[in-house]
Amino acid sequence: MANMAQAIRMALHYGEKNLGVTEIFGEDVGAPLGGVFTATQGLDNAWNSPLDERGIIGAALGLAWAGGRPVAEIQFVDYIFNVVDMLKLCANGHWGSGGRYKTPMVVMTPTGSGIHGSMYHSHSFDSIATKLHGMKVVCPSTPLDAYGLMIAAIKSDDPVLYLKPKALLRSKGEELIPGEPDEKTLHDMIDAPLGDRTKWKAKWPKLQEYVVEIGKAKISHPGSDATVVTHGRMAPICLDVARRFAKEGKGAVEVIDLRSLVPYDWDAIKASVKKTGRVLFVNEETEITNFAEHLIRRLVDECFYELRVRPRLLAGKATPGIALSPNLEYFIQPQTKDVERALGELLSDPA
Amino acid sequence: MAPMPTAKSAPKPAASGDAYKKLGAAKLLKIHELMVRARLLEERLIKMSKGGDGFFWIGGPGEEAFNVPLGLQVKKGHGVNFDFLHLHYRSAAIVLSMGAKPIDSLRQMRSVATDVYSKGRNFVNHYAIPEHNVVPVSPTIETQYATAIGTGIAQARAKTDAITIVNGGDAGTAEGDFHSCLVWSNRPVRPLPVLMIVVNNGWGISTKGETQHGEKNISDWAKPFPDMPGRTIDGNDVAESWAALEEAFAYVRKNRKPYLLEARCSRLYGHSSSSGANRLAEPDCIEILEKKMIERGLAKAPDFKKVWEREAAELDAAHKQVKAEPFPETKTVWEDVFADGLPPSYPTKGGS
Repeated sequence: MANMAQAIRMALHYGEKNLGVTEIFGEDVGAPLGGVFTATQGLDNAWNSPLDERGIIGAALGLAWAGGRPVAEIQFVDYIFNVVDMLKLCANGHWGSGGRYKTPMVVMTPTGSGIHGSMYHSHSFDSIATKLHGMKVVCPSTPLDAYGLMIAAIKSDDPVLYLKPKALLRSKGEELIPGEPDEKTLHDMIDAPLGDRTKWKAKWPKLQEYVVEIGKAKISHPGSDATVVTHGRMAPICLDVARRFAKEGKGAVEVIDLRSLVPYDWDAIKASVKKTGRVLFVNEETEITNFAEHLIRRLVDECFYELRVRPRLLAGKATPGIALSPNLEYFIQPQTKDVERALGELLSDPA
Repeated sequence: MAPMPTAKSAPKPAASGDAYKKLGAAKLLKIHELMVRARLLEERLIKMSKGGDGFFWIGGPGEEAFNVPLGLQVKKGHGVNFDFLHLHYRSAAIVLSMGAKPIDSLRQMRSVATDVYSKGRNFVNHYAIPEHNVVPVSPTIETQYATAIGTGIAQARAKTDAITIVNGGDAGTAEGDFHSCLVWSNRPVRPLPVLMIVVNNGWGISTKGETQHGEKNISDWAKPFPDMPGRTIDGNDVAESWAALEEAFAYVRKNRKPYLLEARCSRLYGHSSSSGANRLAEPDCIEILEKKMIERGLAKAPDFKKVWEREAAELDAAHKQVKAEPFPETKTVWEDVFADGLPPSYPTKGGS
């Protein structure tokens, strides 16, 4: 099974061979490193940029206006805060020009906690990202979705912010990517060797197009007693808890992996909540002006009488940063035990 | 404002001889006509803004002697084989010289449905002209120097002589995006064919440039880069502007490397509506041009008078037409949010 970094790499390779991606760039994106998480290793069109986030986004926007389909990387989402107005230009260029300029570009960036990244390698960006209206925002939680969402993002004529949950970049999925060989063969083909890489070239498997439509969520676990709406790092945790709850007879929990934050799959959320009447939103963002708060407000507006109990949010604590000490990080950021507790309370809350 | 020396790295100026006579009467009269068109347009836009026939005004009256020669030297067209322009809100004379119609600026000022640049969404002088590679102008300061990197990369890859032109003001050069453009354009692995232009009017809204900038010339920022000429010129002088632009365009086209050109220009109506938009006592480049042409026998005063009257009459007619045009319908705000249309479940109520 490919891990998520390999899946993204394969999608980018598919993009450069089949979808007109001629520029994949950012800090340490090219040889010899191929990205700090190796997601761009071995690609023909990957190159290193100056250490300049504003230049990276400006370059991507200019390339898109010139007819390209660039993929740019901000090395960690924590570094994206000084380019928010550049991202805004990417997002509003089509609308602001009266539809005269399209902006087909992808900005990918590792997001979230889970690697002991401390104050500037653990941020989430969902709430700000989803305020960049005109920008599509996606966040996979499995290698297959990472592959399919990247291909969809490259094909999109809109700017797409592709959030890579950094804690999942080494995780493997349960589904094969079309064209993916066995694990060892894949490793030998596309993972750069340690040491001297100057003569190394990746050998790519025969990949196929696989698209995860932007705006479509996935029901990763069906259920009728409660709904969990989540994405990114929290999605596999919620899936794991839902499976255990089912096995232990604690309740049938439906897990919705959003995959896209903008546009989000409102129909999937609404249909599930109408069925279960109980809903928990789980994400890594801090709780003040959390993206899920918008979803909760909309549910209250549109499904008030279908809600059997109050909707809930499990989110990061609103501290100025994520602390390094594991004891503190696990307290600030939601963990498996927090999902278990929140789900248990949701299921047992008297209607 | 400091005197205008030529930076060390700049190529030598053109050979001696009367630069105006070299340009010739026909070309100068064409330039004059475009300068008048741009000036009258800006003055009309100011009048509209003050008279309730629009809102905020910001523009470039006083920059015509530089901007018209710039617009006329652009390799005009669509795609990487033509020049890209990353302009700012003082660039009306550039787009008019490339064939834009004054009526479209009036439409943007009045924010009517026929505003081709933004459908009534953006301030005046914020163009988006894909058929001529004029990328969307943003009200944000200096971001155009960051986006210029991208079209520069596309043109560095392509087999073409087309270049990227980026234009902004002096105060904005304090922003990091200006320095991003310098660094990226001079990467040894891939230098970029970018003509970086700074129009220096000596002001940042109400703040004098000399109180904030210790550098003698903005063009001196080219000095650290061995293959990037830097030059400062008198942008109020048509002939000097024409020749300097010709040299800069030629250098970038041929060498596929960047050039930094600083043009010292007047700011005749202040920063924008925010500073009153009243006429200031600074040198007027159109008066300068007319004087030089009359002195050399290249035109007579009545010739100029006819141009002013004709352009004013055309503007009157255009303004009358725009006043009769409808404002955009509210439902149009949902157009162009996404290139592939608005998803049916996208929230559109503005709350509960």
